[in-house]
Amino acid sequence: MQSSVSIKDVSLNFGSVPVLQHLDLEVGQGEFIVLLGPSGCGKSTLLNCIAGLLDVSGGQIFIGGKNVTWAEPKDRGIGMVFQSYALYPQMTVERNLSFGLRVAGMPKDEINKRVKRAAEILQLEPFLQRKPANLSGGQRQRVAIGRALVRDVDVFLFDEPLSNLDAKLRSDLRVEIKRLHQRLKNTMIYVTHDQIEALTLADRIAVMKNGIIQQLADPHTIYNKPVNLYVAGFIGSPQMNMLEGTLNGTTFTTDDGTVIPVGNYAFTAPATGSAKAVLGVRPEHIVMGEEAASMPYSTDVEIEIVEPMGSDTLAWTKIAGKPVTFRCDSDVVISTGQKVRVGFDPARGSIFNAETTNRL
Amino acid sequence: MTNITAVDEPSGPRPSKGFNPKRIVIYGIIIVAAMYYLLPLYVMITTSLKGLPEIRVGNIFAPPLEIITIEPWVKAWTSACTGLTCEGLAPGFWNSVKITVPSTIISVLVAAVSGYALVNWRFKGSEFFFTCLLLGSFIPYQVMLYPMVMITAQLKIFGTLWAVILVHTVFGMPILVLLFRNYFASLPQELFKAARVDGAGFWRIFIQIMVPMSLPIFAVAIILQVTGIWNDFLFGVVFAGTQNYPMTVQLNNIVNSTQGVREYNVNMAATILTAAVPLLVYFVSGKWFVRGIAAGAVKG
Repeated sequence: MQSSVSIKDVSLNFGSVPVLQHLDLEVGQGEFIVLLGPSGCGKSTLLNCIAGLLDVSGGQIFIGGKNVTWAEPKDRGIGMVFQSYALYPQMTVERNLSFGLRVAGMPKDEINKRVKRAAEILQLEPFLQRKPANLSGGQRQRVAIGRALVRDVDVFLFDEPLSNLDAKLRSDLRVEIKRLHQRLKNTMIYVTHDQIEALTLADRIAVMKNGIIQQLADPHTIYNKPVNLYVAGFIGSPQMNMLEGTLNGTTFTTDDGTVIPVGNYAFTAPATGSAKAVLGVRPEHIVMGEEAASMPYSTDVEIEIVEPMGSDTLAWTKIAGKPVTFRCDSDVVISTGQKVRVGFDPARGSIFNAETTNRL
Repeated sequence: MTNITAVDEPSGPRPSKGFNPKRIVIYGIIIVAAMYYLLPLYVMITTSLKGLPEIRVGNIFAPPLEIITIEPWVKAWTSACTGLTCEGLAPGFWNSVKITVPSTIISVLVAAVSGYALVNWRFKGSEFFFTCLLLGSFIPYQVMLYPMVMITAQLKIFGTLWAVILVHTVFGMPILVLLFRNYFASLPQELFKAARVDGAGFWRIFIQIMVPMSLPIFAVAIILQVTGIWNDFLFGVVFAGTQNYPMTVQLNNIVNSTQGVREYNVNMAATILTAAVPLLVYFVSGKWFVRGIAAGAVKG
C-alpha cells in the first residue's frame, strides 16, 4: 500500500511537557484513519502537527511522498474541518467556500466550478447566499467540509467534527462522511473521543494515550483483541468485565479461588509458569440459560440490577465476587433477584499480564 | 347560566403590584441622586444664558428671568481672550480636532495589529513584551513627562502637533493593546487556524477575517481614545506649543484670566463648549462606553 501521510519519529514538547513522544504512523492512500483517545492524549495535537499549525520538536512528516515538516499549512495539500466549524461569520456560504481559492488567486470560472461541485456533493445549493449564523449545526459542518472539498486536496483532516452536534444529527452526518469517503476516496485522518464514530468510520483506529499510540489496527481487532488493558477498558460500552487472578499454564484462578479453564485461549506466546493476570470478557460474550451450560465456563448467579436499553437489556451480577455486566436479548424476561446460569468462552475474551498490562 | 371564575385563584399573568413603599423609596433615591449630579450642569446652562447684571444678584439656582441671551456663547466661541489673542475657543477647537483625529486613528490601528499579533502570532518573547506593556500602564504619566520632552526635542518635533500626536499614541498603547489582545483572545482560535489552512497570511487574516469580527472593540477603543485625548490638558500644554494649544488649555486660559471683569456667563459657555464633544460621544455611544469601562476594568 502506497503511503499518503507518513509520520516519522515525531515528538512535540510544550515547554518541558512532552505531548507527543517519538510517534510513527503510516497512513495508506485513500485510507480512513481515526485517532481515538481521551482528552489530553495528544490526538488533536498530532492532527495540528500534520496540518502544519504546530511546529514539531523532532521528527519528520511526509504527505504524498513530500517532506512537509517545515511547509506552510496551505502548501501541504490538506483540508481541515474543525469542531467549532470555524466558518468566517461575515461571509456568505459561497464566499466561505471560495475563500481559500481566492487567496490562491484562482481564476473566477474555476472557482465557480469548484464551489458548484462541492455545493452539489454536500447539498448546499439552497444556502449559498446565506450567512453561517442562519444555518443549522449540520449545515454549518457541511460548509466546513465543503471548504476542504473545494481545495481539491489529497488529505482531509477532521478535528472532532461532530462533537458539537446533537445525537441524531451526529449519526446522520457520520453516515454522510462515510459516504463522502467512499465517493472521493481521499485519505482522511479523523480525530475523536467517541468510540462509536471510530468503530463505524475507520479503516484503522489508532488508540492514543499520553502522546503514544497504544494500538493501531482495524476496528474488529481493536475491539476483540485489544493489546493491553488500557485499550480494552477504553473501547466498548458498557466496559469489558475484568476479573483479576493468577494464570497458571492453562488455568486461570481468580482472587477468590474460582477456577476458569482457559485452555482454548489463543495465547500470543505459549504460557509458561504462573503469573498475576487479568481476564477480560465483553458483556455480549456472556450468555445466559441453556446456552451457558455448553460454555467452557459457567456458573449460577443472582441478578442484581437490570437496565433495559431498548435494543437489548443489560444485567448486573457478580462472578467470582466481582461485579459483572452481561447483555441479553430485550425480549428475555429477567428481573432483579432472579437466579440464572451464565457462562462464557474464554477464547473470545482477553487475558492480560497484570504487571505489564499487555495482552498474553 | 352564570359563568363565574374564581378571582382569588392564581391564573394567568401575575398582577402588577403598582406603587408600594419599596418602589417609592427606590424612585426617591434615584431622583435625588439624579438631581445631585444634574444640578451643576443646570447651573452652568442657566448662568451661560444670563446677562452679567443678573448674575451679580447671586441667585445661581434661579432661571434666567430678565433676558435670555446667547451673547456669552458667541463671545466664548469667537472673541474671548485666551492669553494674548482674543479669538475665542474656535482655534482651540480645531487644534483639538487636529490632535484627536490622527492620535486616535494611529493609536487604534497600531494597538489592533499589536493585539492581534500577540494573540495569534506568538513570537519568542511575546509574553515578555506584553508584560512590559502592562507595566507601562501602571507608571504615572508625570514620571515619563521629562524623558518624553527630551525625546521629542531630539526628534525635532517638540512644540508641534506631531509631538502631541506621538505622545498620545505612545501613552494609549498599554490599555488599547490589552483591550485588543483580550478581545482577539476571546475569538475562536480555530477560525484563525482555518484561515491559515486556507492559505491566508498575517495581513489578510487580520483585514479580512479579524477586523470584520471586531467592530465592537474598535468602537470601544475609538470612544476611549477620543474622550481621553480630547479631555487631556497635560500633554497639550507641554508638547503642543502655544499656537497648537488644544481646547482644554484655551479654556483654562479664558477661565483663569486675571484681568478685567470675571465674565461668569462666558466661562460657563466656554466650559460647556469644551465638554460638548465628550458629552456627545457619551450620549451617542453609551452602551459601547460602558463596555469599554468594563474591558478596561480588567487592567485594575
